[in-house]
Amino acid sequence: MTAARLAATDLQISAGRRRREGLVRLFFLAAAVLSIVISLAIVLSLAGNALTFFVNVDKSALWTDGWFPRRGLFDIKTIVAGTLVISLTAMLVATPLGLGAGIFLSEYATPRVRRLLKPAIEVLASIPSVVLGFFALTWISPNIVQTLTGAPLSNMATAGIAVGILITPLIASISEDALHAVPNYLREASYGLGARRRTTTLRVVFPAAVSGVVAALILGVSRAIGETMIVAIAAGGTGGSLFEVNPLEPGQTMTAAMTALAIGSDRVRGAEYTFESLFFVGFLLFVMTLGLNLASDAFVRRFRRAY
Amino acid sequence: MGIRSQALRPSELVEQRLRGGRTDWPGRLVAGALLLALLISLGILLVLLADILLRAWPVLSSRPLDFLTSPLSARPATAGIVQGIVGSILLMAFVIGLSLPVGIGAAIYLEEYAHDTPMTRLIRTNIRNLAGVPAIVYGLLGLAVFVTTLGMGKILIAGGLTLAVVVLPIVVITASEALRAVPNSIREAALGVGATRWEMVRSHVLPYAAPGIFTGTILSLARAFGETAPLLMVGAIAGTFSATDPADMLTGSYTALPTVVFDWSGKPQDEFRALTAAAIVVLLVVILLVNATAITLRNRYDRRW
Repeated sequence: MTAARLAATDLQISAGRRRREGLVRLFFLAAAVLSIVISLAIVLSLAGNALTFFVNVDKSALWTDGWFPRRGLFDIKTIVAGTLVISLTAMLVATPLGLGAGIFLSEYATPRVRRLLKPAIEVLASIPSVVLGFFALTWISPNIVQTLTGAPLSNMATAGIAVGILITPLIASISEDALHAVPNYLREASYGLGARRRTTTLRVVFPAAVSGVVAALILGVSRAIGETMIVAIAAGGTGGSLFEVNPLEPGQTMTAAMTALAIGSDRVRGAEYTFESLFFVGFLLFVMTLGLNLASDAFVRRFRRAY
Repeated sequence: MGIRSQALRPSELVEQRLRGGRTDWPGRLVAGALLLALLISLGILLVLLADILLRAWPVLSSRPLDFLTSPLSARPATAGIVQGIVGSILLMAFVIGLSLPVGIGAAIYLEEYAHDTPMTRLIRTNIRNLAGVPAIVYGLLGLAVFVTTLGMGKILIAGGLTLAVVVLPIVVITASEALRAVPNSIREAALGVGATRWEMVRSHVLPYAAPGIFTGTILSLARAFGETAPLLMVGAIAGTFSATDPADMLTGSYTALPTVVFDWSGKPQDEFRALTAAAIVVLLVVILLVNATAITLRNRYDRRW
């Protein structure tokens, strides 16, 4: 019996198999590297045009009384103020609703209630922002904001409330995850000392999960700043806007300004550099949200290290 | 004391003594407030759905088929959404054809091939950050790269590519999570009998990760379906000028369902309010059906190791 002896060459991978293996690996690697290419493309396309704008535009036009690109007035503070007013309103709505829902789902709800209510929150999360924008303009504004105040139909408070509704499920689900990740021995220790559920939740579980909760809130702000459609439909600053910080007045945000520029750019021939101003605002928005996302990431990492 | 305690069993007596016999009102208040936050969120959802349905009813009840098959028009009595539907379907084809293979491929590389090198960490961080970039910024990317630099113009292909880029990081993240949930013993079993890495992934890892990958990617499709802002940047707002024939739309003026909603919501007439609501109903029905499919899939194949 000499036939059945294995040599090292028998265990070697065949050339065809090896080649296929290499090709498959190369495709996967290329797919992963594509994300870097996309990021570079974003930064380059934004920075290039933004720089063209910044170099060529009359600097005094960047700090005037309003955002009217067709007249060559690109007042940065107008659109940044509008963005901040709407984001702040949104957080005033979304923080109590989102955190409350998250804490309830994680600490109070029985498994059955959780199974029932969590998909409902997911449905709310799946409503597109353009739908919420329409709802804001046709329901929230006339039925809530205009009933309580004398605001015009399009105003920043309405848009802010709708943006808040949009980010509520986001804050709820991330903060719920953070609370859920707190190990049970902390809860048991607290109950063992005779603490009630309220004390356990608010004094033990919540502080233990606080960095995850903060990360959720920062991510919420970042999403609110970048939200476009609600603001474009309901905030009322489409054509341009004077500097305004009163939430009950119409206002302009960075995203709404970009939408207005993009839609109008091929219909109206306005002042010079309106096309490039689009990228300048986009670059500003990109830097703001990137900073917030990195901050939120840092909080999440801190939280992961703790447990 | 004597009379009351006789009615209670010893365990109840102990509990009552420990709790001091008082109802924990602040505790109930906290629980009630938390529940209220959840109920308000869900109440808003119900009001939204009811309000949209009521507004859409005149259109949906009088000409449901006509509304779906008529072209866009400035005359409310005959306006339909056929270009929006065709455009959205074509855009989804781009997302499915590009984002899914590339996104799942990138996830397989990161989870199954990559070692923990600085390069890998850079890619991971980068993908997480891409997922947080506002959608409108992707629109600018599409405008600068596809529309202007590559000279495509404002055509559906440019919109499809842009939307595919928007969805890509979400697909990578959800597919990575699904792959990570497959235990290592499965991989070791395949490698132990001499499988190469790709053979291991194909025959052992992917079958177990598939339900998770599908759930995640289906949810990201639903998100892409309602995405509006990036499409506005790359020209999906041609309105009545957009082509009706799918082939013309690929390389010509186009629109999509969510951009139709945006366009119409700016029209103040009551008839257009009803039309907008009807278009929203179509949009929501598709999105909710897609989500329901994903959630059913998840519940059906959810596996704990």
